Amino acid sequence: MNFDYTDDQKALKDEARRFLLAASPLSVARGVLEHPAAGYDAALWARIGEQGWCGAAIPESYGGLGLGYVELCALAEELGRALAPIPFASSIYLFAEALLLAGSEAQKSALLPLVASGELIGTLAVSEGPGALTTERIAAQVTGGLLSGVKLPVADGMAASKAVVLAQGEAGLGLYLADLRGPGVTREAVSTLDPTRGMARVSFDGAPAEPLGTPGEGLALLARIHERGAILLAFEQLGGADRCLEMARDYALERYAFGRPIGSYQAIKHKLADVFVKNEVARANAYYGAWALSTDAPELPLAAAAARVAGCAAYWMASKEMIQTYGGIGVTWEADCHFFFRRARHLGLVIGAPRDWKRRLADRLEERVEAEQAA
Amino acid sequence: MNFDDSPTEAEYRVTVRAWIEANGPDLSVLAPEERRAWHAKHKEIARVWQATKADAGYACISWPKERGGAGGTAIDEAIFNQEEARAGVQFTYFMTGLHMLLPPLMEFSSDEASLARVAPAVRGDEIWCQLFSEPSSGSDSAATRTMAVRDGDHWVLNGQKVWNSGAHAADYGMVIARTDPDVPKHKGLSAFWLDMKTPGLEVRPIKMMSGDSELNEVFLENVRVPANQMVGATGDGWKVVISTLMNERAALGSGTGLGWRDVMDIARNSPAFDGSTLDDPAFREWLADYYVNAEAIRLLSFRTLTALSHGKAPGPEGSAGKLLWATQTQELTNQALDIQDAFGLIDDPDIALLNGGFQHRFMWAPALRLGGGTDEIMKNIIAERVLGLPGDVRVDKAVPFREIPTGR
Repeated sequence: MNFDYTDDQKALKDEARRFLLAASPLSVARGVLEHPAAGYDAALWARIGEQGWCGAAIPESYGGLGLGYVELCALAEELGRALAPIPFASSIYLFAEALLLAGSEAQKSALLPLVASGELIGTLAVSEGPGALTTERIAAQVTGGLLSGVKLPVADGMAASKAVVLAQGEAGLGLYLADLRGPGVTREAVSTLDPTRGMARVSFDGAPAEPLGTPGEGLALLARIHERGAILLAFEQLGGADRCLEMARDYALERYAFGRPIGSYQAIKHKLADVFVKNEVARANAYYGAWALSTDAPELPLAAAAARVAGCAAYWMASKEMIQTYGGIGVTWEADCHFFFRRARHLGLVIGAPRDWKRRLADRLEERVEAEQAA
Repeated sequence: MNFDDSPTEAEYRVTVRAWIEANGPDLSVLAPEERRAWHAKHKEIARVWQATKADAGYACISWPKERGGAGGTAIDEAIFNQEEARAGVQFTYFMTGLHMLLPPLMEFSSDEASLARVAPAVRGDEIWCQLFSEPSSGSDSAATRTMAVRDGDHWVLNGQKVWNSGAHAADYGMVIARTDPDVPKHKGLSAFWLDMKTPGLEVRPIKMMSGDSELNEVFLENVRVPANQMVGATGDGWKVVISTLMNERAALGSGTGLGWRDVMDIARNSPAFDGSTLDDPAFREWLADYYVNAEAIRLLSFRTLTALSHGKAPGPEGSAGKLLWATQTQELTNQALDIQDAFGLIDDPDIALLNGGFQHRFMWAPALRLGGGTDEIMKNIIAERVLGLPGDVRVDKAVPFREIPTGR
């Protein structure tokens, strides 16, 4: 039993933090915010690719480093802390995981090495409108290998060249692999609350698409992909929430009111202590998720839902209370606080809102109790 | 990051699980009214179990053998504790001594007569209580007014203590007293251990809002304590307090008891307007929120364990666990009543669900948020010791204790 990173993992994490301090200061996120056309910072993405991070958990046989998922979680925590404006989550936590879970040998061999090097950016294209992903909601369909429909919003939809698309097939909802630069695809950037993580409207009109995984099992596969992504995203949320708390703490030490640092007032101290506790809850659940992901434990679906619920709650609270601690300067464009406030919502919604994950969590608990009673 | 047992740990777990199954006490011999803490028969079963564990090397596993322990590892001890809790045979009688008071005694005292008290406590033959809090010294735990004055080879203690868990049944106590009122308050304290039968010491139970009476007031009137029973040097009292409280919070934060399974059980048996409450989306959302907090408490105890296994002391982050545990207990018990509607008001063990366990716990929850450091003190500790925020403005820190304003 070990509730911690190993020494090697800590060294990797420290190295990543040093790298990102230099390569991704908040001015990089601000650059994308103020010039959002690309939806990400291509130069930073190239440097991340050179570091080999995209392939951290991709097996060596597919061109990755094969380090493992705890290592990928450590990187995710640092990327979240740095607020890196890159399509890492879409391409690595979701697209690569979709391929690893459901891809044929040919699909994996063709695409994973390109994903691992960072040359290929992939994403998931599932949402079509407000609310949960139900069978009735999805209108996109594939007939005779050609995909038609509109996906909105698609995270990193402008940056990505490939997408895993949820669409109706002859056997029901399935996942399909489509080339976003190929014929029959048009796309346009959409304005969102977090321009540092670009999103797009992607329209398919007879675009070639091949099945990924068993046709008709789209929602079940998507749930498994989202579970794996939820754990990795929870580490980004944790890194972001920790940074919010540190920034709020630092500001509370600097800023004086009534002749004292505002951090000496219990109103601020107790607020930040509450944030700390929420972050600890997120950390505990994220770590458990990392363990479940790295060992492919049967507890993975429960651990993933718990990590997501706790991660969403922590980042939301830490980002809004950081602004509150900063006071007036915190709500200006010039201050950096709003980057985190935006990112907290992006990460909290991109694979489904906490409400949906709480529903899943309760389902898993009920299953667990039934299994315990049967045993 | 690994939440699995190592092969050695797994083997140890199998061994102790089988041993507990074969040797553990049978509580079913007790009538329902005898199954309450501090009932004589309940306490006797706990004592026999503690001695059985000590004989087999399962009491205070990580302590040195010469002190009655088994010279094992902190991980072994934690595994045993988990298995003991799992089997429902964990008792609280010895925890104050074994988890809170005797570790600092062993750390700060080199007096053999004092250290000789450790082994009988490990066996459960002697029970310890903590005599720290006072009517004017709660959260302000260095505001101790109980005085200790040297008289030959004794110290003479006068004062009043309060909230002393189990003092009515304890054989020994650890007491904090002021040995120098002319220096700032943290510097003038000293710790002693004493026999609870010492003349001049009187214990009066306090009836709590829950109806239980396991907390007490303790009055000390010219209580003579041999000088060798001072724990540490004169003026070391605050260090002993801190060591004890850190151990207490680490222990409280990993608390067990009624949990999400039990509230699900009640929800399953409580109809809502549309199916059972377990199917109610509002309940399920609450359940998810409760679970992530409860799970964090469980997982954070593994972090304390990881620190211990690396030879580190539990740190101020234990305060987060204590804060969570107390607030979540209140949250859980309140929800358990809510989902039963008016039936939730019934606390008669013969009628109420789960023998009224949630109702009883509900009436204890406010005390849990106060004892062992209030929510507010936990937040101060987190803010100051973890986040590094400044202490509040203090009017009592640099002045001699006797000059500190006391109010009414």
